[in-house]
Amino acid sequence: MTDATREPQAFFAQRFGIDHRVMSRVLAEALSRGGDFADLFFEHRTSSSIAFEERQVRSTSRSVDAGVGIRVVKGEATGYAYTEDLEVEAMLRAARTAANICAGGGAPPVAVGRVEIASLYPLGEPSVWAPLPAKLDLIRRADATARAHDPRVARVMLSYADELRRVAVATSDGRLAYDAQPMVRMDVTVLTESGSNRQSARDGGGGRYDLSYFDQPGHTPEDYGREAARVAVLLQEAIPAPAGTFPVVLGAGDSGVLLHEAVGHGLEADFNRKKSSNYADRVGEEVASPLCTVVDEGVVPGSRGTINVDDEGNAPTRSVLIEGGRLRGYMQDRISTSHFAVSPTGNGRRESFRCAPMPRMTNTSLLPGEAEPEEILRSVKKGLYCKSYSGGQVNISNGDFVFCVTEGYLVEEGRIVAPVKGVNLIGNGPDTLSRVSMVGNDFRLSDGKWTCGKDGQSVPVGVGMPTVLVSGITVGGTERSA
Amino acid sequence: MDLLQLAQDVMTEARRAGADEAEVVIDSGQDFEVTVRGGRIDKLLEAGSRGLGLRVWRGDRQAMASTSDLSWIGLKDIVKDAVERLPLTDPEPEARLPDDAREPLPADGLGLFDESLSRSTADEKFQLALRAEAAALAADPRITRTDGATCATSVGERVLATSRGFAGRYRTGRAHLVATALADDEGGKKRDGNWYAVGRTLAGLGDPEAVGRIAAERAVRHLGARKVRTCEVPVIWDPQTARGLLGIVARAVSGGALWRKSSFLVEREGQAVGSPALTVIDDATAPGRPATRPFDGEGSRSRRNVVFDRGVFRTFLFDVYNARKSGRTGTANASRSAASRPGVGTSNFFVVPGEATPEELIASVSRGLYLTDLIGFGENVTTGDFSRGAAGLWIEGGRLAGPVSEVNVSGHLADMLAAISAVGNDLDFRAGIASPSLRMDRLLVSGT
Repeated sequence: MTDATREPQAFFAQRFGIDHRVMSRVLAEALSRGGDFADLFFEHRTSSSIAFEERQVRSTSRSVDAGVGIRVVKGEATGYAYTEDLEVEAMLRAARTAANICAGGGAPPVAVGRVEIASLYPLGEPSVWAPLPAKLDLIRRADATARAHDPRVARVMLSYADELRRVAVATSDGRLAYDAQPMVRMDVTVLTESGSNRQSARDGGGGRYDLSYFDQPGHTPEDYGREAARVAVLLQEAIPAPAGTFPVVLGAGDSGVLLHEAVGHGLEADFNRKKSSNYADRVGEEVASPLCTVVDEGVVPGSRGTINVDDEGNAPTRSVLIEGGRLRGYMQDRISTSHFAVSPTGNGRRESFRCAPMPRMTNTSLLPGEAEPEEILRSVKKGLYCKSYSGGQVNISNGDFVFCVTEGYLVEEGRIVAPVKGVNLIGNGPDTLSRVSMVGNDFRLSDGKWTCGKDGQSVPVGVGMPTVLVSGITVGGTERSA
Repeated sequence: MDLLQLAQDVMTEARRAGADEAEVVIDSGQDFEVTVRGGRIDKLLEAGSRGLGLRVWRGDRQAMASTSDLSWIGLKDIVKDAVERLPLTDPEPEARLPDDAREPLPADGLGLFDESLSRSTADEKFQLALRAEAAALAADPRITRTDGATCATSVGERVLATSRGFAGRYRTGRAHLVATALADDEGGKKRDGNWYAVGRTLAGLGDPEAVGRIAAERAVRHLGARKVRTCEVPVIWDPQTARGLLGIVARAVSGGALWRKSSFLVEREGQAVGSPALTVIDDATAPGRPATRPFDGEGSRSRRNVVFDRGVFRTFLFDVYNARKSGRTGTANASRSAASRPGVGTSNFFVVPGEATPEELIASVSRGLYLTDLIGFGENVTTGDFSRGAAGLWIEGGRLAGPVSEVNVSGHLADMLAAISAVGNDLDFRAGIASPSLRMDRLLVSGT
């Protein structure tokens, strides 16, 4: 079956008859009214999912989504059109629609040539083609472990999802890049009940791997099932958190989501080009505590945010955004690299062929420091230790954020006293980074579960950081003080 | 190609492949979007798109598939794949087609589509976006720039056919105008404000200058915001934040939460949970409203359901599956996209307005918070614990005093619904979930 052709160039050629000649023709049409630049983004995404609940397979699904997005750039203005119909005539029509951003005429012919790219996620047997029973077995193992963990476990819900996203990017610069991007992910939600006290917790992980990822220690279905159950049981004993401003220890790994939301977005070049970010015009200035070095790197093998090529055809890089507290640069897409006259950073990403690319994060991390994690905890007289989060929201233009803590503890005199519930961390990204007073040596990348939303577009990302002490964050607890 | 005919062909193919029941949904649409920034075009998008969703059954087993590839080869592929997965799925007698699918409401009287929207030109939409942006910049000298203004339209059709003989279709048209204004605060901190209008026609968007002006007002009123000391005070929720709160209530009344016992409202039906001032209705039948439709995502005829009646919690909302799981009858609240399995969703879900103007509500509070922004996701529908980051304006002596930010409001959802002591008269349906202003007599506001 041609759908199973692994090599993306052969896949697009055999399944849809799309080769470099067709691409050149469509690109020429896109530039037929002038335009500084045009690109074509072909995408074919096959995904499958399973929902499992009450020991039953509730649903299985398979989806195919395919099409091409055509972009024409004139100055900093973008014309965009897409079509799900990959016949040449339909593509030429879409190219003419995108070309409407320009009023001129005439364009030189465009020839594209394939560029070779390194692979950060060797394609074994993509999980979308693995037999359903193998996936159901993973789910049943997680379910059994969670149920056996504690008699208070009342309900277990599981989901599994995977995809294979095959892309081809052809640009009027003559670049042509292909990639096949696998992804797996598994989630376990556990509800515990004790009298009328109901609590729930969630765990899971994945990345750009095949099913063998779930054989690795720390990533097995048993690990996920046990961890979700452990936290859901722990929350049964949780006390309301205090409200006010306290020192907060951010645990290694998942706390990177705070960095991503509250600082990372402000470092995306579009917000700085449009001067709607707090970080606009501040390259070289001190914007964080000298202990902070922040990088975005699309090159971490197998991570959820990793890409062999970005959605504009550029190679991923490791870009240093903040170094020793000083702002070094932004994450770029095509339009912003010409605006700032800098090199591409490989951050031009999009949710699908229906969307124009934007600067997006890949794997965003705060690099490790020297402190021992225990030493960081011991330094806290009264505060919180936060380990995992259900999500957060940020005002991108100024970095104001709120995060909901799903596993957190009250710390007194350097010791963990009790788990807390109903905790929000409220603050401002740049302000929080300036209050980082200790950085641990225990860097961890989160297990692949985060999806980043921006302008209605979702892309998978990775986040990471070591244990960090922030001298003060507003904690929105529910404990009513006398 | 007639989409209803295509849906029926796919159903026939599914039965030929070995399914004994099938359901096909197809969504198609034409989208247009223009964004201006600094008085110039920033982005222009135009596209047509289609998606097909398929459910097949054999006995009590169900499988799903979806595709954007409507070629017959592509469609036969996903039909075959779905039917082949049937034996690997566990029997689930509750996941069925509705028994009561009958004639949908006539789409004509619902005001979902106006031909003038299809005829509107790119230039008309460009002009609306330009005017909204210009009004934002002109509204106040402290507005230093905008983050653009966008005018978007979409015209679409939904088709649903089932092997039980249901065949329905309706067209929708939507227009949207949004502007974001930016102001610089102390220390270079950006304050943004945005506002939007929706309509079924471009004229239905109203005055484009009003969109820009309100966006600007919402940005500058946060300048110089401070935290406040932690306190328990009366809080007035503006329609935006009240809508956010109502969205959480929508999750708590979702039928799946009943049999899963994952809502604080489980076992509270028939009880006075909210204050007598609170009546909440879900109405998919009201002509012209944003979420009105002739039939729901499974083909059940649209209905009006009273969810809270003067404080008394009347009913959860259901699709077929969750109604059967809970031993209840459906409320025609199935919601789905082509690519997703049906789930429970609200339609026009709103708080019935009261008598007081927002100004009267503010004047009734001697010291409290006027809430204008909520951020974060700090609520637990299972336990009812609520905790959200917030911003707004401080009320002193019945007047708006100064902006407040980086605070948190928290409480228990049941207590909060009971604490609603007055409901405003300012209900404005710009989205399916809508609320007028709400006053709560006491809420915990955490600050420094």
